[in-house]
Amino acid sequence: MAHADKGPPNNPIAAFFKIEGTPIAFVFLLLVLLFMLTAPRAFMGFRVYMSFMANVPPPMIIALGLTLVVVAGEMDLSFPSVVAFASYVFCALYQNYDMTWLALLAALATGTVMGFVNGLVVTKLGIPSLIATLAMLFLWGGLVTVVSNGASLAIPDIEGELIHSVFAGRIGVFPVQFLWALGVAVLIWMVLNRHRFGESLLFIGDNLKVAKVVGIAIDREKIKLFTLMGLLSAFAGVLLTMETTTYFSQAGMGYLLTVVAAVFIGGTSIFGGAGKVVGTVFGSLIVAIIEAGLVASGVAGFWTRFFIGLVFIVSVTMNAAIEDPDKVPLLKDLRSRARR
Amino acid sequence: MTSTPIVRLEHVGKKYGKVVSLKDVTLEIGANEIVGLIGDNGAGKSTLIKVLTGVEPPTSGTLYVRGLKIDASSYTVKEAHKLRIETVYQDSSLGEKQPLWRNFFVGRPITNRFGFIDVKAEKKVAEHIMRSTIGFRGVGIDVDTPVSRLSGGERQGVAIGRAMHFDSDLIVLDEPTVALALKEVQKVLDFIRSIKSGGRSCIYIEHNIHHVHEVCDRLVVLDRGEIALDAPTSSMTYLELTNFLMSLHGRRPAAAAH
Repeated sequence: MAHADKGPPNNPIAAFFKIEGTPIAFVFLLLVLLFMLTAPRAFMGFRVYMSFMANVPPPMIIALGLTLVVVAGEMDLSFPSVVAFASYVFCALYQNYDMTWLALLAALATGTVMGFVNGLVVTKLGIPSLIATLAMLFLWGGLVTVVSNGASLAIPDIEGELIHSVFAGRIGVFPVQFLWALGVAVLIWMVLNRHRFGESLLFIGDNLKVAKVVGIAIDREKIKLFTLMGLLSAFAGVLLTMETTTYFSQAGMGYLLTVVAAVFIGGTSIFGGAGKVVGTVFGSLIVAIIEAGLVASGVAGFWTRFFIGLVFIVSVTMNAAIEDPDKVPLLKDLRSRARR
Repeated sequence: MTSTPIVRLEHVGKKYGKVVSLKDVTLEIGANEIVGLIGDNGAGKSTLIKVLTGVEPPTSGTLYVRGLKIDASSYTVKEAHKLRIETVYQDSSLGEKQPLWRNFFVGRPITNRFGFIDVKAEKKVAEHIMRSTIGFRGVGIDVDTPVSRLSGGERQGVAIGRAMHFDSDLIVLDEPTVALALKEVQKVLDFIRSIKSGGRSCIYIEHNIHHVHEVCDRLVVLDRGEIALDAPTSSMTYLELTNFLMSLHGRRPAAAAH
């Protein structure tokens, strides 16, 4: 124990928690253990984990995209409508024209264009992205309701198609879409930590003035960012549609708060300039397991949002405190009192 | 100064709406000289630098780099970098949360053709700059240290080291000693001397006249958007310079009131 005090860098436990995502993975494991105690019937079997891995990929993929957005000091709240729009395009093209792969391409292209427009609105009209994308949430959401005439679509026949096996099939009992989500996670990690685009986003979020003077084309990078976010939201929409084989205009709305929560629970800085992709992966898992675990433990479903909110507040505060304790006024106050 | 100057401004003016920030500025920066740029807040120092380094285009006049006329509309920070002109801003040259190695290479990373960064190579070069060019031997500072943990003087050193690594001929320092402790100021003045001994030029913007007089070859005083003085440092003692600056204040009606 004495050694631990002397040299923190050599402390294996401290070193372990310095690896990206280990603290949050630890929290996730604790939650799994907790639910194994409170709801053993559900959490000791494999079924709950399989349904978990079938349902988590869409919000996880959106959260991964949103991580990059938050790193750049921006926000995108329009994704639920992009999810719905992509879902509609996919369903409509499959139902009316029997398209599968083309329908996928069309859905992705739709989301990409929507993201591009979001980027233009944010950069060229100069509206802060939180407000601009909130407006776009209504705008795109309204548009898809108009286009679909408010109706829902069901495409149960898709289950026989090859495309369904590729994106929503099962390997044994294992849902394939989870592999897609992990693939996207690896890609986003590489983009953020190893690509010049990610570096531009880090500096834009860190300090806009610095980004400008080192010659980063800020508007262009931001437009690329929102476009990528649109593409990922559309991909999530298609995955969701294949799993549920339906479209309805509120399809993505359930993700709005949980996705935002997943990003911040994962430890991405609310102040921009730093992001944890591995954290977002576990953040998405934590949000989902709270929802599933509380219900399985017999707590009324109404409580799940309350607990997600609670975990959200606690984890964001903890992450801010880890970054700089003085950023939390309560801690700053306590620390200055302790010094006196 | 017989060779072509690195930069030459001819009758450069800059307006922000109705506010005239620069009027008719003509100025040359020669090879291997340290030029001190002095002037009150609002005298146009920052604007002059922004025009010079491609951050903002001038409203009138022309800019020459090594004798070549620059097209103002296509002159950007990136262009300035290519022409080996680099600016070190007091507060906005480094990303605080980012590690040193990223700060050395941001804007021009070593990448493969897909745009992925060669982190190993960047760290190696960053390590080299730290050890040799700027002589960092501070304990606990390595290429992975985020800038937020460096002192103000060390930050200036990193930014100057970066500029020298990318082979800049002209390094512009925008008030590098503001809010620094005395010991840190000495470090920065040493960095400036190393620019001179490295055969490069420097524009040194400073409030503290004493520092300017100590390290600069030539003094340029800006007053309300115009050049009020352009003379070799050796032609003026520190006292003469101070008196001259005071006389500028005297000319100003607002300042004369107190």
